[in-house]
Amino acid sequence: MPGDVKVVERPVGEGSYVRAAAKGMGVTLRHLLDPNKKTQQYPDEKWELAPRVRGTHRMAVHEDGRAKCVACGLCPTVCPVNCIKLVPAEDENGERYAAIYEIDEFRCIFCGYCQEVCPVEAIHLGVHYENAEYSRERWVYDLERLCEQEHDVTALWDPSDPASQ
Amino acid sequence: MGEMQELTTFWFVTIAAVKVVAVFTVLMVVVAYMTLAERRVSAFIQDRLGPNRVGPFGLLQPIADGIKNIIKEETMPAQAIRPFFLLAPVLAILPATILFAVIPFGSPLPTPWGLVEMIVADVSIGFLYILAIGSIGVYGVAMGGWASGSKYSLLGGLRGSAQMISYEVALALSLVPLILLAGDVRAPEIVSMQQTFSAGPPTYASWFLFPLLVGSFFFFISGLAETNRLPFDLPEAEAELITGYHTEYSAMKFSMFMIGEFAHVITVAALVTVFFLGGWDIPFWTGDNIRVLSDGTVIGEPTWWKTVLTLAAFSVKTGLVVVLFVWIRWTLPRFRYDQLMDLGWKFMLEAVTVYILVIALVILAIEGLGIPRGGWYAFVLFVVNLGLAGVLLFALDKGTVIRGAARPATGPDAGPASAASSTSVGAVDSAATDDVEE
Repeated sequence: MPGDVKVVERPVGEGSYVRAAAKGMGVTLRHLLDPNKKTQQYPDEKWELAPRVRGTHRMAVHEDGRAKCVACGLCPTVCPVNCIKLVPAEDENGERYAAIYEIDEFRCIFCGYCQEVCPVEAIHLGVHYENAEYSRERWVYDLERLCEQEHDVTALWDPSDPASQ
Repeated sequence: MGEMQELTTFWFVTIAAVKVVAVFTVLMVVVAYMTLAERRVSAFIQDRLGPNRVGPFGLLQPIADGIKNIIKEETMPAQAIRPFFLLAPVLAILPATILFAVIPFGSPLPTPWGLVEMIVADVSIGFLYILAIGSIGVYGVAMGGWASGSKYSLLGGLRGSAQMISYEVALALSLVPLILLAGDVRAPEIVSMQQTFSAGPPTYASWFLFPLLVGSFFFFISGLAETNRLPFDLPEAEAELITGYHTEYSAMKFSMFMIGEFAHVITVAALVTVFFLGGWDIPFWTGDNIRVLSDGTVIGEPTWWKTVLTLAAFSVKTGLVVVLFVWIRWTLPRFRYDQLMDLGWKFMLEAVTVYILVIALVILAIEGLGIPRGGWYAFVLFVVNLGLAGVLLFALDKGTVIRGAARPATGPDAGPASAASSTSVGAVDSAATDDVEE
């Protein structure tokens, strides 16, 4: 027998199968009869999301329905996973706008840099996470679809604690 | 008391066929709902809700499961031996269902054509039938494990057969005191023996649970092992063998193994009810007690509503035993293989044998004292059993029967001799130590 095996002597009460089994049966019975179940009935009961949750993007719009985006190109630059596609254009008044603005929500890591970097507070992340689709193409949100989103936008900081202290 | 009107051959065959179909259908429906009950009870034990989306309280879940299993892809492993691979699920489901044939599930029903006993086949060798068919249940497990052509399945099947052999002995022996007491091997007669009658041969007026408390304990433990359920589910043993003997099965073939297991649980629960919980007897009420003697004499007054009530009583008792099965499954962890074998061969077998001897001697003494069969007879046995249960629990509690993974108490300088003297199971320990020494 290997001599360096440490043998732990236990009192009978600790090693008893009968007592342990009876105790276990008691525990399970108590939980069986406990009416306070922990299951959250998901589609019926939903999580209360914090205001700083970062989810599906949303584009802010002017009152006339145009996107606020000025196609400065900061968000595709800052985006660490390169999920924003922006093709700028200029209208007859010399104002820049996004001719093509697409966000691949599949690729996005929801870091929130685009929202932080945006100089005109156009692109936002949103307090929203239920965006299942039947095809991968549907996950690429174009400008129109981004403008149509209606959920709350993500708060970048807690208004009551702006310095995050 | 009256004479039983014999059924004509035509009606006997017709009613028997109806009973076969009815019992099989009801059993299958109950199995389907037991899967739901198991999932719900396990969920409640774990503070969850379980499947509750399909229909009210999830009651249509078994139907959804059935549809899913039928339309799933059936896989056939390349290594599998086809005929046996296909036969195994059938063999898993068959014994559990045909075992139900000898279980009485209600008081006799009077019909215009004669008195119909609520049992599919009232055979005079019902007891042997139960033991014989019960052991066949392992064929499905062993065959499925072997025919799959997979190591995990084979190990599962082997474990299943080893376990079945080990516990079959204890299962059969634990029923010997019952036969000593009942003096008959027909299941309906065993039920009658637990009831009270004003006329006819004497009975015990007590559920056999009380005069055979320890025996029912042994029977229940062996029944757990027979049904391959926790803490005896070594043939499945997810942690080691994936799912053991049905690893390679999919879709409905897998489902048939599950149906077989659940049907086996229900059958064993029904056997516990018949043997120890008074069968279809309604407690504290003698009005339902109806007995058909072997010469055709009927004691008691059979009516249809008594049949319904006793059927309900039988269902409730069986259901409670099934819930106990489920409750145990979701509480106790699986035994290690050596613990399983130790418990079967080194404890159950000896304990049951001693129990048979003690009960036989006590019966001999009671008969010698001239106490007639009846309540006092049963009470004396109950007191003896309480004493035996105390001894049994004390022995189990010493931690010597099922021990942990730690080595027996032998330090670096303690030899086999000191090990033998230090614990009460010294013989076993020193034998193990000797093996290591060599």
